[in-house]
Amino acid sequence: MTIKKFMFVNRKAPYGTVYALESLEVVLIAAAFEQDVSLAFLDDGVYQLKKGHSTKGIEMKAFEKTYGALEDYDVTKLFVDEESLAARGLTTDDLCVPVEVMSRVQLGKMIEDQDVVLSF
Amino acid sequence: MKYSILVNEGPYTHQASDSAYQFAKAVLAKGHEIFRIFFYHDGVNNATRLTTPPQDDRNIVNRWSKLAEDHKLDMVVCVAAAQRRGIVDEGEAKRNGKDATNLAPGFRISGLGQLVEAGIQSDRLVTFGD
Repeated sequence: MTIKKFMFVNRKAPYGTVYALESLEVVLIAAAFEQDVSLAFLDDGVYQLKKGHSTKGIEMKAFEKTYGALEDYDVTKLFVDEESLAARGLTTDDLCVPVEVMSRVQLGKMIEDQDVVLSF
Repeated sequence: MKYSILVNEGPYTHQASDSAYQFAKAVLAKGHEIFRIFFYHDGVNNATRLTTPPQDDRNIVNRWSKLAEDHKLDMVVCVAAAQRRGIVDEGEAKRNGKDATNLAPGFRISGLGQLVEAGIQSDRLVTFGD
């Protein structure tokens, strides 16, 4: 099968809309198709990776654990926008998985290098 | 060129599905091929045949169905997103014990693999979302 570079660009907070959850479902399928998968987190999307999701009060399923399980699907390329993290007072210590922090210029180059970019 | 289109928003609330439709028409008018149109998130609501807009408004669902019929398009609705939002064909109704179906002509329900395959097979996968 052809292997293409798929990048998933996550820009939205984890629970205000369904995009983050349903985006993860596509990530897992792309990984199952043995594609070259990476994820980028920008804007409020960086909150998706914040440790300690607590969703009981909003009666939604917490899916923080899925990010930790990505490694089992050989999805290890997680890129986080430096500016978005800083603007929200976050550092990599606040995140639930290992990531590579990048400048916007670096991320832009990364996106340019992809075959398929899915932005959710 | 071979295109696929991803529609992530439902009809009427967002312009995304109108833009996707107009883009699809333009692609075909230019002589390109559409490999697949995939409906995800609230985009699955583009596939309910029960839509009844006012008479002086466009009927987004019928418009998709006609486009599919005229150009033999493959229009796929994500099964998991459809189940969440109540878009049902006969197979789904039977499996999940529902008493009705509402999938419009020209659409079929299938898995996310169809979206990934569209990404692999097409020269361009163009997303229409919020």
